[in-house]
Amino acid sequence: MNISPDVPLWQWEWIILNRTILFTWLVMAILVIGSWFITRRLTSGPRISRGQNLLEVLVMGLRNQIREVSQQEPGPYMPFVGTLFLFIVVSNILSIVPGYDAPTSSISTTAALATCVFVAVPIYGIAHQGLPGYLKQYIKPSVFMLPFNIIGEFSRTLALAVRLYGNIMSGSVIGAILLGFVPLFVPILMQAFGLLTGMIQAYIFAVLAMVYIASATQNGQGPTEQQDTENTDSDTTSTHTTTS
Amino acid sequence: MDSDTVIAAVSIFTAGITIAIGSVGPALGEGRALAQALSAIAQQPDEASTITRTLFVGLAMVESTAIYCFVISMILIFANPFWNHFLQATGS
Repeated sequence: MNISPDVPLWQWEWIILNRTILFTWLVMAILVIGSWFITRRLTSGPRISRGQNLLEVLVMGLRNQIREVSQQEPGPYMPFVGTLFLFIVVSNILSIVPGYDAPTSSISTTAALATCVFVAVPIYGIAHQGLPGYLKQYIKPSVFMLPFNIIGEFSRTLALAVRLYGNIMSGSVIGAILLGFVPLFVPILMQAFGLLTGMIQAYIFAVLAMVYIASATQNGQGPTEQQDTENTDSDTTSTHTTTS
Repeated sequence: MDSDTVIAAVSIFTAGITIAIGSVGPALGEGRALAQALSAIAQQPDEASTITRTLFVGLAMVESTAIYCFVISMILIFANPFWNHFLQATGS
């Protein structure tokens, strides 16, 4: 009984190919090749292909969600957050295929994704409001909060990784245990539930990444509160669309 | 009882207790949050998208505490470091 798909399949000298890496490359290949094939024949006419329709729905939905969460234009965040969302969604949905282990059910993959978020938050924050403005956030309420802000930076990254890993891994482990002593139907129900969980977790991962980035780019105020008193003298170039 | 039986028994017992106690609090909290969100949507259907999104994010935050407990119990059962150390020490 393995609780992680990190079992080596093939080894050559010091290169180890395990199931996680294999299926990660499979998901990446599906995303890249599928997108490449669909974007060969894009039209703006009245009749568009099914693939273009799918991609348009995905891109428009992602852009709207990012715009709502961050209260900014989604342009700079779309590649990063959209890639996170699509990768996690595809790797979770494919888990209904027999013999496939979701890469996200390995702590290595989720830790890597969370590390990407951990690195991206300061990059976006510094690009948006400069190094002093970003560093000022850590002493935002008072200087006594500095260690807690730094701890929070690390703990939320850990929570991102462990949340995704725990949800997806628990789904596959419960499915495997049930397959041992329940015939046919109950594992199928659990797999359907796992599909729902996988979608929700992908959405949550992307939204939380966006929330962290948005809080780093908005002068220390959260994405949902809009205090116009401090916002007037900020040199943000984005247009704050207040939806009140 | 020799010591590997003690390790096994304590690990399994602790795993069960961990996930049992650790899931009570998040369950109560998530239930309250869900009830509040439902009544908020009932009062303001126009804000349903914002409420739903915030609810999901909040549920994820609450859920992570239960998932920590789950991961601990999984480690205790499937990847127990003391267990592995003991098996190596006895050479079995």
